[in-house]
Formats: sequence, C-alpha cells, structure tokens
Amino acid sequence: MSAVEQSVAVATRLDPHALRRDFPILAREVHGRPLVYLDNAASTQKPQAVIDAELNCYRRYYANVHRGVHTLSQESTAAFEGARGRVRRFLNAPSEQEIVFVRGTTEAINLVAHSFVAPRVKPGDEIVVTHMEHHSNIVPWQLLCERTGAVLRVVPITDAGEFTVADVEAALTPRTRFLSLVHVSNVLGTVNPVREIVAAAKAHGVPVLVDGAQATPHMPVDVQALDADFYAFSGHKVYGPTGIGALYGRYDLLAEMTPYQGGGDMIRSVSFAGTEYADPPARFEAGTPHIAGAIGFGAAVDYLMEVGLERIAAHEAELVAHAAEAVAAVPGVRLIGAPRQRAGAVSFVMKEAHPHDIATILDQQGIAIRAGHHCTEPLMERYGVPATARASFGLYNTREEVDALVEGLHKVNRLFGLGT
Amino acid sequence: MAEIDALYQALILEHNRNPRRHRILEPCTHHASGRNPVCGDQVDLYLRLDGEVVEDAAFQGEGCAISTASASLMVELAPGRSVAELRALFAVFEAVLHGRCAPDEVDMEALAPLAGVRYFPGRLGCAVLPWQTLLRALPPMDV
Repeated sequence: MSAVEQSVAVATRLDPHALRRDFPILAREVHGRPLVYLDNAASTQKPQAVIDAELNCYRRYYANVHRGVHTLSQESTAAFEGARGRVRRFLNAPSEQEIVFVRGTTEAINLVAHSFVAPRVKPGDEIVVTHMEHHSNIVPWQLLCERTGAVLRVVPITDAGEFTVADVEAALTPRTRFLSLVHVSNVLGTVNPVREIVAAAKAHGVPVLVDGAQATPHMPVDVQALDADFYAFSGHKVYGPTGIGALYGRYDLLAEMTPYQGGGDMIRSVSFAGTEYADPPARFEAGTPHIAGAIGFGAAVDYLMEVGLERIAAHEAELVAHAAEAVAAVPGVRLIGAPRQRAGAVSFVMKEAHPHDIATILDQQGIAIRAGHHCTEPLMERYGVPATARASFGLYNTREEVDALVEGLHKVNRLFGLGT
Repeated sequence: MAEIDALYQALILEHNRNPRRHRILEPCTHHASGRNPVCGDQVDLYLRLDGEVVEDAAFQGEGCAISTASASLMVELAPGRSVAELRALFAVFEAVLHGRCAPDEVDMEALAPLAGVRYFPGRLGCAVLPWQTLLRALPPMDV
C-alpha cells in the first residue's frame, strides 16, 4: 500500500471515539465507572440525530398522518413517508411500496406467517427454520403449524455454529412451502450465507424470509442482491426507537396477501356489504402508526448510511475478532460457537461462574452485557448450556472497552476463586 | 453503592461450590420443580414431611451462585422445622430482600449471608426461586 493509499485508508477508517460524542448516554457512569455498553444485540443506544428527529416531530409538526388537509398533518405525512423512503434506500429495495412499517422484527415475521404462508399451507406441508433462530422466528411458525397442520422442520447446525447451503437443501422437500432463517445469529454472531441459501431455496420453488434484526446494524444489506422475498428488521437495533421496524416484501407477493389486522388506514372503501383493502404497504398498516417512531427510525438509518455501513462493518469485524480472541484467552472461558464469519456478538460460559454472576460482577464495573438464553432456548439446548454470557458490539465500541471486559472477566475469576 | 463483596460473601461462594444435600431424596413425600424463565435457573426440591415437620430436604438443579447458595442454605436449615416456621422465615427473608425491613431488625437466621442480594434488584429472583419452589411443594396452607 502506498503512503497515499494508506492515508486514505486511515482517513476513511471509522473513529469510534469521535462517533461516541453523537450518543449522549455514552457519557454517563454506572456504579462510578464509565459505561461500557456491550449489550447492543439486545438494543442499541440512540444518537442525538434520532433523539432530535422524534423530539422535533412532537415539538414542531406532529399530527396524525394521511388524509389530513391541515398543514401539520401534511408535514407529518411527509416526514413519515420520508422515513419509508430512507428505509427503502437502506435496504436498496426497488420501491417504497415494498416497505411495511411494523412494530419490529417479531411483528414482521408474524405478519408474513399470517398473511402469506398460512393461506398457502395444507396439513403435512412443511416450514423450514434453522436451529439458531430466535424464538421470534420459531414460535410464529409453531402457532401456524398448530392452526394449519403444517410441520416445522429444522436445519441442524455444527458445533462451530454454522450450517451450509447443502444443509438447508437437505431439509427442503416437495412439501416445503416456506423457509425462514436468520441472517446473523443473535447468540453466536454467525453470518449465514443468505444469498446462496435464497438461490437454492428459489431453485426448489420455496419463498424465503430473512430475519435481519442482527445483520442490519452491522453490515450493508441489499435485498435485491440477496433476492429475499421478505426481509425483516427492527428500528431499535439500528440505533432507532423501539416499537418500530420494517418488513420488506416483494411487491407482487405483498399484493397477493390478505391483511394482517383490520382497521383504519388499510382500506380503500368500507361498507357493510363488503370492504375493499388498500394496496401495499397501507394494507398491512392498520390503525394510526408509530409516527414519531418511524421518523426516528428514518433518522437512524440515515445516520448509519452517513457513517457508512462498510466502515461500520470493517470497524466491528476488527473489534469482534479481538473480543473473541481476548475473551477466549481468559482462563476458564469457553466460547460458544466458532463461526468463520462472525458479526456483532460473542457468547461464552465460564467454568467457575454462571452467566448471571458474570453479568452482575461486570455491571459493578460499569460493563453491560447480557446473560441468559437470549430467546434461543433450542440453541442453548444444542450446546448443553442453560444460559450464556453475551458481549455484543456496536459502532461506538472501542478496543479499550473490549480490554475492560477482559479485565472484568479476570475479576470474576478472582472472586470465584480461580486466580488469574 | 452496593459492593460486589456484599453479594458474593465467602459463605455464599462456598455453598455454591459445595452445595449441601444436593441430591434426589428417596423416598420423599413432596416434590416441586422451579424455573426462572428469565435466566434458565432451575431447581428440583424434595421434601420428606412427617406431619407438619420437615424430616429431610434435598435439591438438585442448575443455576447461578445466588440461587444455588440460597437452595443449599434452605435445605440445610429445613430439617426439623415445621412448615409454618419455614413459611415465617421466608416471609422475613422476602421482607429484607424487598427493603421492607433492615436485616438487623429481624432474625434472618442462616439466611443472613444472602441479605446483600437486596442491593441487586436484578438478582432477587435468583434468591427466592428455591423458596418459591418450596412453597409450591408444600401442601396448601389452611386458611
């Protein structure tokens, strides 16, 4: 690399210390120590731009959206629909009409199960998921199976926490009607080869939903390149507000689907003789939406696009690799899974201390991690652990914070009698 | 600020490492399973009652240091006590954990080392799980 190239590389490198100033909460202390927030897979902190977007909505132009003639309603509608446009750009979806605002990934999956899959399955038909799914991508399908007599099939994973395209293909049968899988595991951090899997499923005529809740914060996502039929993610995991998320769905599929909920805003005309539904996405957005939340969500994805998803991915890849190595080197620590492609999270157990004890001791040092089953009980069972400790990273985390985590784990060992 | 040492007292860590009466009790007259869905802590409690008196108690399970030590302390003190005595002691324990009274205002007996849990609201469930399981194992109270 030439000196010029090098200086360009350095100049474009993400500086987490500078970005931290965008997040007011990161200035606070916990138990007298600077906050080290490593629970980003559960939820991310909010930059000032997101806080301002929501605040300005309520302070300056808030009113209910759509069909309003007065100025505030028009301004709110413009901001709300503008957010839809930002989310479209974030996913590189072909059209804004393919972006459905939902409460979050969970609702997106339930919507697809209810409105797309349920009408298409008969008793004995099969839905395929993988062993590393979050409960939100298991339970909606179990409910659907109970109602329809369909059967849930599960793609197994290796000890490293991976599955291959061939593993998925092996689970597809002539009766498979749908594949729903996670892009990035919230526990293992595994980045799944989604593009290849979607291609394989399509070759079998199987439509696919990708749960992108843990992928969207960490890497550029292009739904056209992935060729996914549906892609779901949550605002609060991409530094936006809670209670808002988006479902991308191919327009031709959305157009065939029946409504998820009935109410206002999702109809073209209502009479007691019969009701005509609105076109997507309005058809799936019954009731007054989370207006300020959607506007904050739009500000959040704008923020990420401004920082640059490629730069975020590069920074985090380095950070997570360092974390996996440094945490694994602490005596008594066992990492859960060893995926070749990892993003966002490192899960582990310790010989001497239960994950909840680890989390409490770290919290006393200002370090926030999560302990528990992370809404993935089947995965915990797969690894024979009741719970794990999970450190998960975001764009504002630093190498020094990883080192603080490691020092905290040594303290756990000291307290629990394994001197290190 | 609550110090971490207030939570992980030496006796708690020792009970975590060497839990007492950590086995299946056979024969037993009463049994219940308890689970904390938040963290996955799980306890199986076994009792042998002679009328209203606990003759023997044991537990099995998997959990954090706090729930393990709490279960261990509980089954260690239970034999020879009446059901009513155990209920009363749990009421005292809960009152301390929820800050309704100070540890030095009441007699926590052998549970005193667990008083530090009151500074850690996120861990109250761990400390009371064995006791809630005990109450479920016991015959319902006469009112």
